Amino acid sequence: MTVTDELVSYEDALESYDPVMGLEVHVELGTKTKMFCCCSTSLGAEPNSQTCPTCLGLPGSLPVVNATGVESAIKIGLALNCEIAEWCRFARKNYFYPDMPKNFQTSQYDEPIAFNGYLDVALEDGEIFRVEIERAHMEEDTGKSTHIGGATGRIHGASHSLLDYNRAGIPLIEIVTKPIVGAGARAPEVAKAYVTELRELIRALGVSEARMEMGQMRCDVNLSLRPNGTETFGTRSETKNVNSLRSVERAVRFEIQRHAAVLDSGGTVVQETRHFNEDTGSTTSGRIKEEAEDYRYFPEPDLVPIAPERAWVEELRAALPELPRVRRQRLKAEWGISDHEMQSVLNAGAIDPIVATIDAGAPADQARKWWMGELARRANEDDVELSALPITPEQVARVCALVAEGSLNDKLARQVIEGVLAGEGDPDQVVDKRGLAVVSDEGALGAAVDEAIAANPGVADKIRGGKVAAAGALVGAVMKATRGQADAARVRELILEKLGVQG
Amino acid sequence: MPGITREEVAHLGRLSRLELKDEELDHFAGQLDEIIGAVARVSEVAGEDVPPTSHPLPLTNVMRPDVVRPSLTPQQALSGAPAQEQQRFKVPQILGEE
Repeated sequence: MTVTDELVSYEDALESYDPVMGLEVHVELGTKTKMFCCCSTSLGAEPNSQTCPTCLGLPGSLPVVNATGVESAIKIGLALNCEIAEWCRFARKNYFYPDMPKNFQTSQYDEPIAFNGYLDVALEDGEIFRVEIERAHMEEDTGKSTHIGGATGRIHGASHSLLDYNRAGIPLIEIVTKPIVGAGARAPEVAKAYVTELRELIRALGVSEARMEMGQMRCDVNLSLRPNGTETFGTRSETKNVNSLRSVERAVRFEIQRHAAVLDSGGTVVQETRHFNEDTGSTTSGRIKEEAEDYRYFPEPDLVPIAPERAWVEELRAALPELPRVRRQRLKAEWGISDHEMQSVLNAGAIDPIVATIDAGAPADQARKWWMGELARRANEDDVELSALPITPEQVARVCALVAEGSLNDKLARQVIEGVLAGEGDPDQVVDKRGLAVVSDEGALGAAVDEAIAANPGVADKIRGGKVAAAGALVGAVMKATRGQADAARVRELILEKLGVQG
Repeated sequence: MPGITREEVAHLGRLSRLELKDEELDHFAGQLDEIIGAVARVSEVAGEDVPPTSHPLPLTNVMRPDVVRPSLTPQQALSGAPAQEQQRFKVPQILGEE
């Protein structure tokens, strides 16, 4: 049943058509408990150990809203320049699928808590593109399905499925853009930049870690094409669960090429759900999308309306952190780097580690050098986020300090960092254990050389007489006196210098 | 004017994954139509000035603090499951052969 879609080249597609996008991003909030019950949301628990009658949808159970969930939703809305509803309700979205044992998802329908906003995003070349926000609403996550009996755990061909409801009921905020028009050939880049900026914003607000690889942030990409110069939107496809920044870009690009091929051949784009395939960068057809009214939304009778007090909203607005884009502009100026360099720092996820390292006392250029160099390379090799490396900004700052005071050179500093990453302890402990500190104190070294010469007059005379090879004995004496901490090459230079001999 | 058609009942049946026989459709369509007709009479009485009521009590902002309370044990959670496997709820095939 594999159907290979025809594609036209990206350039040809853009010759004839204008892409229109709509992005829906789901963010799993980092609350301690679920949205409507007191079950824990911690990750990695054994199956079905974090459920209760409410999130299992048992008869007679009643939901109660998590205050922190509402607060987080308002913070997100405010940071996205949205209006916050004076009064809004939850709604039941009815559907029959085993990932929700209630047979409906508690969501919001025509009364979202936040609406009519925008997010300015910076493209690679520094250009600012404004993405308008339709709404941000509160809802809950679904349970996790495991499909048994089919190939590679797919639902197709499975004989049955197994459900773990630990995730069912975890708070989600769904953020929906208005149609994004005018991006043209930069549509894939705009989509990626938007999701990146949104992730940074969510993290800055402290409402979620928004780690896409952990499913804490997921993106659905709606795309349609219209012939250049026309106004009416074409039929859209919705590509579900695009779960990395790179995939967002690729999914948009692929769908532009696929839609163009369908339209070029005189065909009609089918309104449907599609699945993104990480391996090939392509999308494949899913189910034909059910019409919105098939969900038979109606106001949730078990939850009373939410009417956020204006004083509370203003309090939350006043406490918003510096927005990530504004912060990056400030840091870029403070660090004296280019747009492009700042973009690399952002892409590497290095902003927070670098700032923390500077706060711990390191000079900006040094902090940036380690995080963007040695440490970025290691994170890349180990395929983990920079912040997940087993080294703290304080430890990196300590290494910088040791280099600055001359106890370590760059080569030794790299070994110290290697030791910290290998779990050998703090930088000072690694220095001790591995005996890495260089004695670069010329005064101390000079004194040790003078002592060695004075203690070995015979050897010194041989060297003065031209037997340079004899210097080895004096180097050995100095190394012994400094307990191996000296740089042997430098010691040899000093000995020859003091005895007036060319090496 | 019928409140609900036989086709609409068939559609709802499909959405609800209920297999309804022809005579059941006739039966339920008639019954549901009567129920909807009865409820519709409320709209005739309520004027423009009466908003639809979703919540009978004038309560808002009933919230709880974000504090964890004990969950059921997996054994308790699964005790009502018709079938289970690997400490998970076991459900029949979701997608048929297509």
